[in-house]
Amino acid sequence: MSSIGTGYDLSVTTFSPDGRVFQIEYAAKAVDNSGTVIGIKCKDGIVMGVEKLISSKMMLAGSNRRIHAVHRHSGMAVAGLAADGRQIVARAKSEATSYERVYGDPIPVKELADHVASYVHLCTLYWWLRPFGCGIILGGYDRDGPQLYTIEPSGISYRYFGAAIGKGRQAAKTEIEKLKLSEMTCREGIIEVAKIIYGVHDEAKDKAFELEMSWVCDESNRQHQKVPDDLLEEAKAAAKAALEEMDAD
Amino acid sequence: MDLDLSAPHSLGTTIIGVTYDGGVVLGADSRTSTGMYVANRASDKITQLTDNVYICRSGSAADSQVISDYVRYFLHQHTIQLGQPSTVKVAANLVRLLSYQNKNMLQMGIIVGGWDKYEGGQIYSVPLGGTILKQPFAIGGSGSSYLYGFFDQAWKEGMSKDEAEKLVVKAVSLAIARDGASGGVVRTVTINADGVTKNFYSGDSLPLWHEELEPHNSLLDILSSSSPEPMST
Repeated sequence: MSSIGTGYDLSVTTFSPDGRVFQIEYAAKAVDNSGTVIGIKCKDGIVMGVEKLISSKMMLAGSNRRIHAVHRHSGMAVAGLAADGRQIVARAKSEATSYERVYGDPIPVKELADHVASYVHLCTLYWWLRPFGCGIILGGYDRDGPQLYTIEPSGISYRYFGAAIGKGRQAAKTEIEKLKLSEMTCREGIIEVAKIIYGVHDEAKDKAFELEMSWVCDESNRQHQKVPDDLLEEAKAAAKAALEEMDAD
Repeated sequence: MDLDLSAPHSLGTTIIGVTYDGGVVLGADSRTSTGMYVANRASDKITQLTDNVYICRSGSAADSQVISDYVRYFLHQHTIQLGQPSTVKVAANLVRLLSYQNKNMLQMGIIVGGWDKYEGGQIYSVPLGGTILKQPFAIGGSGSSYLYGFFDQAWKEGMSKDEAEKLVVKAVSLAIARDGASGGVVRTVTINADGVTKNFYSGDSLPLWHEELEPHNSLLDILSSSSPEPMST
């Protein structure tokens, strides 16, 4: 699967003979080995969900958040190195507030994605910096409607209506493709996201995980927020039931 | 009284911005004065910032010109990055940030008016200290003092484009009659979803108000009606 970039992979400022920058590809591996993060764009908003792998039974539930609010109208879910992710979130928050201070309007989600992608890309240009080892799913709701973007360690940003990164991304993408997102509301989307996360979680390889979800939709008044506890419990219950049904077959 | 020709050029001015059902109408007089001397009797005080946003300038001519140049530059960059026309609110905010942050050095009152696809026609007032206020209509400049009562009575919500334009022209004309620092012609700019239309109303096309006299080429024409013979040496 991976080729050895002997000699050409020592620095992010070195290209290989076949035009690859191995350091960036290695950074992407950090994302691929982390817990799954998915995001979907429903007809009235965005839902994001994270498979937060728990390393210790002594960790308090709800700590080590992987989804962060960037601005009133947008949030980011992070996969990969958590400390790197914190840095990116801080930068995104600062971009958003300074945009609003100058232009008087909340930053359009497209602009925010571009700014964050530029920043991530910046760190792939100098030998004395290392690339960020995290992938971002950015979901926001502005005057042009709900939008979903991903930003990879290379600095590329794409707009999606359904996205998945991390360990279980292949399986998650297959599941997301089956959904009729344009007809789904976020309330229904929450259940689907939970089912997918529970579905792609590998019981054998990883022990426990906590499901973290957020949304930004008409129902949340176009503000990015944690999915309300009662809806979260409902989603978890539905996901567990769906799993049991699958096992029973 | 001596003319102080080195006094700073000031836009004595009457400026108006009015929203109507579908867009905005901006209007202004055309007098630029240097003390008591009229430096330009046909100036254009309505300046373009972008395809869809224009501003009316009053106060110091130099200050308002420089600020509009800066804002035009910033808006141009913003439009390129955004990939679509800037909103009127963003344009107005840039004007007020420059106005507020440099309040000690600037003396100008601006009315920002335009149309964008999200909020339609909007008028924002940015007076002397750098306040920003969104209003259904705004008046500014020295001539505006004479228009407060007029607008209280004549303004109504949801006018048509023609009603709004007629209102603006009438108002500027009334202010010109009373304010010595306003005069010349009336220029209007109408901005809506279809684009921008500019109009010109010459001084002699404006109605005469109370105690205004018909223009005459010379008083001699009136005086000489009693003695037709030219005076002999």
